[in-house]
Amino acid sequence: MSAPTREDICQLENEVYSRTTLLTPAPLSYCPGCGHGTAHRLIMEVVEEMNLQADTIGVAPVGCSVLAYDFMDIDMQQAAHGRAPAVATGIKRLYPNKFVFTYQGDGDLAAIGTGETIHACNRGENITIFFVNNGIYGMTGGQMAPTTLPNMKTSTSPFGRDVETMGYPLKITELIANLPGTYFVSRQSVHTAANVRKAKKAIEKAIQYQKLKKGLCFVEIVSNCNSGWKMTPLDSNKWMEENMFPFYPLGDIKVPK
Amino acid sequence: MAKVKGAIVVNIERCKGCQICVPTCQQKSIAMSEALNSKGYHYAMTINDECNGCINCGLVCPDGVITVYRKKYD
Repeated sequence: MSAPTREDICQLENEVYSRTTLLTPAPLSYCPGCGHGTAHRLIMEVVEEMNLQADTIGVAPVGCSVLAYDFMDIDMQQAAHGRAPAVATGIKRLYPNKFVFTYQGDGDLAAIGTGETIHACNRGENITIFFVNNGIYGMTGGQMAPTTLPNMKTSTSPFGRDVETMGYPLKITELIANLPGTYFVSRQSVHTAANVRKAKKAIEKAIQYQKLKKGLCFVEIVSNCNSGWKMTPLDSNKWMEENMFPFYPLGDIKVPK
Repeated sequence: MAKVKGAIVVNIERCKGCQICVPTCQQKSIAMSEALNSKGYHYAMTINDECNGCINCGLVCPDGVITVYRKKYD
């Protein structure tokens, strides 16, 4: 038999990958090449594969992903800046059988919401936190965030982050991994296909472990911010590999024994 | 021996032209178009017949605009 034509291949029964239906048809509001879109899609794919659409409640943050409730076709709640873990705590305690997750950026989780994050982790709330870390406040114009790398140029540190006056970057994922309330802590990225597959496995684990009621699951996704870093998407991914990954090494940080 | 052949369909109006799918394609069958979509982006398109339906491009696309098809034949 000769090779099939493009029309033969593009039939519904041959479809092997398409955008999950749990993302609404609304176009994503993110910049071209932003990792937020991939992270949204992965979470929704896992929720769809585990058939949890009716039992999932998400909490949207403030930041670039503030409109996550427009894109994720599940029950969502918007929280005040940094307070998503506190809101998720309340939802989980009222509906202990629902799967509750928060989706937060680094300006939300690691800056204004540090207290809520650390205490929710320390209390061992049975929620899942997805943390997208791009080392910058992307939404408001690329200001320096607590997670900005040393010597990294941002709009509020135009000569690079000077650790003597501006302090050191906060590795909040390592910080909360030390707390007894966390059960599963992992750091992943979504810039290549291999990393996307690994990140999806980590998200699957974080959702499965929530059913065990053993503590908080935390998945950090190191992402690019090509607009904030003033680079093209491909350059920003390369910069991320060269600069972000040595400081924020990928892999599981705390796994259940 | 069974062979596989794939094809991708790009949602042209949704593509933001970020080019992340271009280096991820092992068969080098994705490139950016000369033409623009209605938002003013160069969109992704297939340029040869080598696609094997590995879904790498679909996985990395931030906007999920790529649908991948794969068919086995003898």
